[in-house]
Amino acid sequence: MSGILTYALHYEGAFNKNSLGAVSEGARLAKEIGGQAAAMVVGGDDLTNDLCASLGNYGATKVYRARAPEGLAQPVVDAMAKVIRDEGYGYALFGGGLLGFEIGAGLTARLSAGVTMEVTAVKAQDGRLVAERPILQDTAVVDVEYVGDTGIIIGRLNAFDVAAPGDGTAEVVDVDLQLEEHSSRAVMVKRGEQRGAEVNIEDAELLVAGGRGLGKPEGFGLCEDLAGALGGAVAATRAVVDAGWYPYSAQIGQTGKTVAPKLYLAAGISGAIQHKVGMQSSENIVAINKDPNAPIFEYSDLGVVGDLNKILPKLTEAVKAKRGG
Amino acid sequence: MTTAPVDFAPRVDSAKEFVGRPTDSEEERIEVGVVIVGGGPAGLACAIRLSQLLEDQPELGESLGEVPVALVEKGKGPGSHLLSGAMMRPSAMRKLFPDLPEEEWPTYGTVERDRVYLMTKRRAVPLVPTPPPFRNHGNHVTSVAQLGRFLSEKAEEAGVYILGETAAAKLLVEDGVTVGVRTGDKGRGRSGEELGNFEPGSDLIGKATVLAEGSQGHLSGAAIRHFDIGSGDPMQWELGVKEVWEVAKPLDRIIHTLGWPLKLGSRYREFGGSWLYPMGEDKVSLGFVAGLDYRDARFSAHDALQLFKQHPLVREILADGKRVAWGAKTIPSGGYWAIPEQLSAPGLCIAGDSAGMVNVPQLKGIHYAMHAGMFAAEAIVDALKKGDARDLSGYDRRVRESEIAADIYRSRNMRQPFSKGFFFGGAVANAMEMSGGRFPGGHWKTHDDATVDVFIGKARKYPKPDGKLTFDKLSSVFATGNATRDDAPNHIRLREKVPLELALMWQNMCPAQVYEVPEDELEAASEGSGEPDGKRLVKLQVTPSNCVQCGAITAKGGRLTPPEGGDGPNYQLT
Amino acid sequence: MKICVLVKEVPDAAVEKRIDTATKRLDRSGEKNLNPFDTHAIEAAMQLKEGGAIEVDEVVAVTMGPASAVRALHKAVSLGADRSLHLSDEALANSDVCATGYALARVLESENPDLVLLGQQSDDGECYTSGAVLADHLKMPSLTQVIKMEVIDGKLRCERQAEYGYDTVDVVLPAVISVGDAINEPRYPSLKAIMGAKKKPLETKSIADAGIEAGRVGTAGSRTSVLAINPPPAKEPGEVIEDEDTNETVEKIVRWLEERKLLA
Repeated sequence: MSGILTYALHYEGAFNKNSLGAVSEGARLAKEIGGQAAAMVVGGDDLTNDLCASLGNYGATKVYRARAPEGLAQPVVDAMAKVIRDEGYGYALFGGGLLGFEIGAGLTARLSAGVTMEVTAVKAQDGRLVAERPILQDTAVVDVEYVGDTGIIIGRLNAFDVAAPGDGTAEVVDVDLQLEEHSSRAVMVKRGEQRGAEVNIEDAELLVAGGRGLGKPEGFGLCEDLAGALGGAVAATRAVVDAGWYPYSAQIGQTGKTVAPKLYLAAGISGAIQHKVGMQSSENIVAINKDPNAPIFEYSDLGVVGDLNKILPKLTEAVKAKRGG
Repeated sequence: MTTAPVDFAPRVDSAKEFVGRPTDSEEERIEVGVVIVGGGPAGLACAIRLSQLLEDQPELGESLGEVPVALVEKGKGPGSHLLSGAMMRPSAMRKLFPDLPEEEWPTYGTVERDRVYLMTKRRAVPLVPTPPPFRNHGNHVTSVAQLGRFLSEKAEEAGVYILGETAAAKLLVEDGVTVGVRTGDKGRGRSGEELGNFEPGSDLIGKATVLAEGSQGHLSGAAIRHFDIGSGDPMQWELGVKEVWEVAKPLDRIIHTLGWPLKLGSRYREFGGSWLYPMGEDKVSLGFVAGLDYRDARFSAHDALQLFKQHPLVREILADGKRVAWGAKTIPSGGYWAIPEQLSAPGLCIAGDSAGMVNVPQLKGIHYAMHAGMFAAEAIVDALKKGDARDLSGYDRRVRESEIAADIYRSRNMRQPFSKGFFFGGAVANAMEMSGGRFPGGHWKTHDDATVDVFIGKARKYPKPDGKLTFDKLSSVFATGNATRDDAPNHIRLREKVPLELALMWQNMCPAQVYEVPEDELEAASEGSGEPDGKRLVKLQVTPSNCVQCGAITAKGGRLTPPEGGDGPNYQLT
Repeated sequence: MKICVLVKEVPDAAVEKRIDTATKRLDRSGEKNLNPFDTHAIEAAMQLKEGGAIEVDEVVAVTMGPASAVRALHKAVSLGADRSLHLSDEALANSDVCATGYALARVLESENPDLVLLGQQSDDGECYTSGAVLADHLKMPSLTQVIKMEVIDGKLRCERQAEYGYDTVDVVLPAVISVGDAINEPRYPSLKAIMGAKKKPLETKSIADAGIEAGRVGTAGSRTSVLAINPPPAKEPGEVIEDEDTNETVEKIVRWLEERKLLA
């Protein structure tokens, strides 16, 4: 087996960021184990030659294009299964996201292939790929290798970095695809609908979370101002939700929501374990608390010991100035 | 300022609120043979013994219908809410499972060596020889959470219906006879409103009912009051906080300690001690127990255990280890005089910790609970054979003629003198042990823990949690697997505006961080002097979903009511 | 129509989870419960049955697992399923996603369901994949992580949150749908239903009964193999600053955020 086939999701004429990360990763790995770094695209007329060839900028050497309905997994399973069988690819690779999980899972069944999901890193070992997957709430990482002809690797969201675009170009190959009967029995009625102004904290990239250290319900005003300046959303700990300072929909933690934003700024949160399990996968954790012994400083990337009432307003102003808000 | 918690007790008339007539229509009622409340050693031993006796008398079994024995348990399952030291005397297991070899018991076997140490901050002075109450030759180390699961399996194999996640909310009494229990509602919101998935409780009707609810039984206290069968002496409680550790090297002896870090003077009245028991080769059970008649609002049993672990003796035992479980529970410690005058009422038996069947100086209760459960089963079958399960006085007779009554009577005056300070109490307890219980004679009254005045002592130096050896309360609660719904109704009754000393006492007492005095309230209450003076009432912040249902609040001026079934901890190893 | 609901028993959240170093798989001993996500799938089945838009004759709970998995089936039945089916065979131990999907698909084929419902994930490991694996084996259309589902003209109109917002998809039956926990608030079983659960029909099948090839399940049938279990990468200790001059502090925070491209 050789070669890596990466699925590249697109929408309204642009590729998905996680897909570009996966294409970059596929190119890197293909160099190490040898074989083609190819990409699969499935969709309609917006998949122009130029758009497809642009995946070459991220290291793909070949792009397979199939015409089929967009936004659903099963047509892509048909397309990838055909390419893998016809061209003999050894691995199918997906960036994070729901469709990748569905397509990868479908391929598992179709090709009797091994699958690893929530993968955070992939390494080459003796000409084969080994997937690293965190388990048990990220308290351990298992190395998984594949048995048989094909291995399927489904990344965790943001696991694979997008490479700096180069000037490569990819050969675009059209695939003549015959969909399985069941693959056209799910039909997209409406795609990508944006609902309401209500921010879902699970989707926010930047979160400002408030805790008991804010002192009073009105303290959340400071969090809202800062979140507004950052372009993020406001979350809250159970203690303040229980106390009625903030709505339950914003609650982080063991009995609330689990979040993994790019920035988690904890304001007045001591950081008990119940809270930690809800946010520990955040990429960057900043904590501001006046108690230097607060447990949150043990797992924050930047800790600030100080008074929120002094720091937050000035920080909001400074962020506004930087972002031109 | 000092304040007695009882002066701020919430108005709960338990006999009125938790005892009533069935309300479901005849068709809706669920009829079973015998209703048992509580999946602990008492309830499960009762269920198993009933099944054994009914197997010998098939016609009687059949007359009880499709479900001869049903047991309700408010935790996720039997064991979920069980916690004890525990050293278990083998007599009850032998009686219940005569053909089961001891090696197959759910225990960690027996331990030859035992030691008692008198602790100071840095030293541990062994008491040689080991005082008689602390000798544990032939007793088994066990985890009662595991024992509960074992007994539950045995009970299910014997055909008992085990109904987990089911609280008993009301004792059903008709014309002076107990006819069963009403189970708790599920799916109520924070203010008691019915949520979309609301499911009302059911009337579970039986020919006899056994209350085996454990310490601070929700219905047992109400039943004792309703039937007026109390002894006249109030029950007293101790609070035990326990951890289980995986350790690098096996512990070779059973350890009990007295003294540090408790304050022994009569001003503080801190009565208690600790244990360290080996659980096989790789685990150690350790815990700390303190009488809830202590006085200083700054005392925290949870944090005292954390401090205790820093003692060189304990540190060495736990070296390179890892905490794998935590929990807390009250222990009824009123002893003989506080045990109800009658243990049965028409159609009803009360068994185990619900009835205060604990031998305090010897730290034993599991086998009494199991014996009592079995006696209840025997008395119920006897009565059913006569065609009438209303008269269950046969249960009282069996208990009074058994080792339960004999042992507990021997130590009847042992706990009370400790209210005068540790050393005095120690002298009396020793004398009592030496004299086989003849001295001191007479009847030393017990007192209600909530009547003891509380004051705010000097700040205590409890360790800052390091997450390795020492832990904060929320980490401890997390370790119990407690996943109580955040929007469940508050099951704790107490006054939320109380003098500062009470508020602080609750905050420190509760091992699960349910009660907190908000900082601004604390500041306002300490206005001027810098030291709180207790004149102003403070408003508590209460987080009921942290509650591990240890029961301490019921002893100290509040009251737990039946929570939604399935709430609270899910103990595995405690 | 017939709905099969896939359920699974998972270690209770309170049980400390560990890896069995011999098999390099999750040690599944200790207390177990019905996977919380599966209760949403059962509720979804019950709402279809009670909703009246489509006639549901039967809801069947299906599981694969050791003898103790019967408890998960009892729970499913107490929540409303009419009967249950238990695939249990020692040969199934240590099956990976690929092998498990194959085995479950064979069992489901024998039931010939019009709809297969399952929770979108299990508490203990395999993430989000079972629904799509089964759908491919069964050659049925499928959608996962569905948060709203209704019957319109005999089809299922499903909604879910995908990469670019909310998608609405019509799915023709028979189909496989996995549901998220936002789809409904599961009911509590009544005491009567709990007590009646043991009396409802429960069928146990071995792999031979289900026509499953032994070579395609268990370790032999698995297509992944765990090479090693490592501790997670150590996180660099964070920087802690004391706020002495707030302007300076704020400047430091802003610089820190900028370095990480968080102020774009």
